[in-house]
Amino acid sequence: MTSSAPSSRRLFEHELQERLDVVLFASPSHRSIDRLARSLEPLTRCQQEKVLHWAGIATRTNAEIGYLLATLAPVAFEQLDDEGFDAWVIAGLDGYDRDGLRRATELLRDVAGFGAARNGLARVTYAEVEARLTRFIQGLSGRPLALRSIGSDSAAWTDTESLFLPERMAERPSVEGNRRLYQATAALLWAQTRYGTFNADIDAAITALPDRRLALDWLSLLEAVRLEARIADELPGLAREIIGLHDAWPDVLTPALPRLQAPQATVQDSLALLPGLVVRGNKPPKFTLVGTLDPTAARWVRADRIARETKVLRNALVALKGVGGRRQGGEAVLDIAPGDDGAPAVRVDGEVVALPPEAQAAAQSLVQDLGELPPEALTPAGPGGWLPTDKEGAGPDLINERDADWRYDEWDYHRGAYRKGWCHVYEMDVAPGAAAYVGEVSARYRTLINQIRRRFEAVRGEDRTLGRQPEGEEIDLDALVDAHIDRRSGIEPSPRLFCRRIRSERSMAAMFMVDMSGSTKGWVNDAEREALIMLCEAIEALGDDYAIYGFSGWTRTRCDIYRIKSFVDRYDETVRRRIAGIEAKDYTRMGVAIRHLTKLLAAQPVRHKLLVTLSDGRPDDFGDEYRGTYGIEDTRRALQEARRQGIRSYCVTIDRHGADYLKHMVGPAAYTVLDEVAKLPVKLADIYRRLTAN
Amino acid sequence: MTAANSPGLVAELKAPAFEPYYQPVGGEIALFEAAAARRLPVLLKGPTGCGKTRFVEYMAWKLKRPLVTVACHDDLTTADLLGRYLIVGNETVWMDGPLTAAVRAGAICYLDEIVEARKDTTVVIHPLADSRRVLTVDKRGELLQAPDDFMLVISYNPGYQSILKEIKPSTRQRFVAMEFDYPSAELETKIVVAEGGVDEALARKLVKLGELTRNLKGQGLDEGASTRLLVHAAQLVSAGRTPDEAATAAVARALTDDADMTQTLHDLVRAVF
Repeated sequence: MTSSAPSSRRLFEHELQERLDVVLFASPSHRSIDRLARSLEPLTRCQQEKVLHWAGIATRTNAEIGYLLATLAPVAFEQLDDEGFDAWVIAGLDGYDRDGLRRATELLRDVAGFGAARNGLARVTYAEVEARLTRFIQGLSGRPLALRSIGSDSAAWTDTESLFLPERMAERPSVEGNRRLYQATAALLWAQTRYGTFNADIDAAITALPDRRLALDWLSLLEAVRLEARIADELPGLAREIIGLHDAWPDVLTPALPRLQAPQATVQDSLALLPGLVVRGNKPPKFTLVGTLDPTAARWVRADRIARETKVLRNALVALKGVGGRRQGGEAVLDIAPGDDGAPAVRVDGEVVALPPEAQAAAQSLVQDLGELPPEALTPAGPGGWLPTDKEGAGPDLINERDADWRYDEWDYHRGAYRKGWCHVYEMDVAPGAAAYVGEVSARYRTLINQIRRRFEAVRGEDRTLGRQPEGEEIDLDALVDAHIDRRSGIEPSPRLFCRRIRSERSMAAMFMVDMSGSTKGWVNDAEREALIMLCEAIEALGDDYAIYGFSGWTRTRCDIYRIKSFVDRYDETVRRRIAGIEAKDYTRMGVAIRHLTKLLAAQPVRHKLLVTLSDGRPDDFGDEYRGTYGIEDTRRALQEARRQGIRSYCVTIDRHGADYLKHMVGPAAYTVLDEVAKLPVKLADIYRRLTAN
Repeated sequence: MTAANSPGLVAELKAPAFEPYYQPVGGEIALFEAAAARRLPVLLKGPTGCGKTRFVEYMAWKLKRPLVTVACHDDLTTADLLGRYLIVGNETVWMDGPLTAAVRAGAICYLDEIVEARKDTTVVIHPLADSRRVLTVDKRGELLQAPDDFMLVISYNPGYQSILKEIKPSTRQRFVAMEFDYPSAELETKIVVAEGGVDEALARKLVKLGELTRNLKGQGLDEGASTRLLVHAAQLVSAGRTPDEAATAAVARALTDDADMTQTLHDLVRAVF
């Protein structure tokens, strides 16, 4: 036996008795020392030493307290951790100093109450850590993971797209400890998605085992051991923190550790070790941060994502194929090989071509899921990569009571030409909605609106000094020196010798084009209305000219433009009620709406013109003509026309699949895709501020 | 007053004496050389701190031409570029601005962050940037024909997305455009080792941290950590600071003022080290 061994070995009863005799030398209850020693024997050596240490200190204050403390220690260690134990002793001694023996005895006897109060203080709720954890996980992860809360007694788990975390954590004695516990738990779940826990068919692998629940519990634990080692390779700091937050792995796993912790270990290694553990029938010890597994839910989500990412990648490859252009002798030759760090290396006619970012992300995501890129993802999609879902409904009513207010051309990409006077536009006011609506929303978002207003007022353009003015409050020294020089060298000096402070004019007009198609019904519509209210508050603070129009329609003969706020309208009761009255109508024929609103915007006598479109998906109209490529090409064309008239456009879309067509439709850097509707109200005003920042 | 403004400037302009450290990422050196040989101006696009300026310094050394760098700002006037008369004693003396000096000396003139300059200022480079290659110094009534060695290079960061900060098409269409981005993890590690004077293991961790912060772009950070910031952190470590301290100072605090975001960055720093 080595010399270090005695320090970790538990003290036996007779040894404890000897030590206690010394420590509690003056104890009035000397006769029960042997019973006390017996009760302390099961504690760990560390705990035993702690008891002896504190009992000694307490005895010097009061012999009775020292004895009581040692008697209660086994109970206290059941409910408190080391730090908690120290705090409990100190609270008891404080009680003695303040109020005497009686109070101290009461305090020490109420171990349970002390523990509860302590955990209550240290408890951390999901809501408190959500924002910080979300950003942390976003930082770690290659692909976006949402965080959700579940009941406080449930174990954490992930379906590979969302991390489900308990409502509360109170296991550690401090707030910081519990926050770290949250972080470690989330990190281990992230690691499940990052290091391929679900890359094997877990369900199939465990069907042969007698107890599914038990098998999953053991598998979670085996995976935690493996993932901790994986994390240690890439993020040693995080791994240290995780290790510090749990007890040692159970002894039964000791022989398996080298295999699980090897750098090349995969979920297959964990699965291989599983039967040996399950057959014994023992439950694994509980580790809060380990969580649990739901392979069935994960499989569905994962299959869905793989299909989606494969599509994105294939569509991107089609686009790349177009890079080569059509020439004699057929299409470009595409040569695709899986690259080293996930993204495939693509060559078009022998030239290395970079994949667009969203396709790179999709490729990386596929590699995370499958270990490599599947061959089917590396073949370009056929024509018509996306299939809009069909809407039901009768044919449109083509008879209108009045003639169209305007007619607009539409771009037909088949012909490569415009269809003249193709779309019939009707402009009308939005029917006013509930008067109270805007008030309610403003009240709900009071703080946020104030914050937005403050930020926007800051942008509003500070005063600036104009030099070389014919008149002004100060002399411009540079101009004076120049004039002096000019006079000396015989040139006529300029009379513009003054500085003038002026408020800088932003000279900006913005047009907001709001999707009022049927698909916005419900959530999206609510979010749009809330977003518009925030936006109006914000732009009012800024003083820019702005207008808001909605659009919808039903085929080319009924393109409706709804006036919510024109450039001359003030943000008053009428406008507010119109915002409240925005509702989901029919279809999204975007091109014509852009052309009409572009015309209105172009007529504004300002320097900078901005068209912001707010929509929930790709352009679409009744019948199959406008769907898919036709609509996208027409919209793209309309935006190009706007650009030629000096109008910048920006697209805000709530559509997770937006990235695949938006870049083509509006150009890179000219759109934002929001994956969550709820973010729209907060984001829209911010997007506007960034777009128009000085 | 910068050296570029002193009267004897043209005589003083010399090609860089030492080779600046530069790690090529692709065919950018050959492309730049071809542009230089054909007397074409070059536009460099890319996020801040990804090596645009260093690349120009390196190319100036490689092509053995002097380099004049102008950091553009929103009060940069035409006179700041072309030059002005000064009164010295009882005389008026003409002093070349950096652009004029660069043209006279056949140097590379690098206008950094061109979008920051006033719109009317940018226009003076137009005749220099097309086949005419002339600079009009109206105050002196002088028309300078640029020598073959003169080269105009401008840079900007397209990530700002503000409609007020855009290069006009009439300007940008005179340039050969080259796109820069952060290097791959492998290359970036090499750069951090070479520039920061740290070992490869630590460089790898810093690069990892950079990658994590870039994941947060658009989620509260306008930009992730640039290679430059990672090099700064490495230099602090080689000057004896702990990695944790260096990364917090050079990366986390440099990226944001937002308290919540700083916290997140700090969490990431802790996770990496």
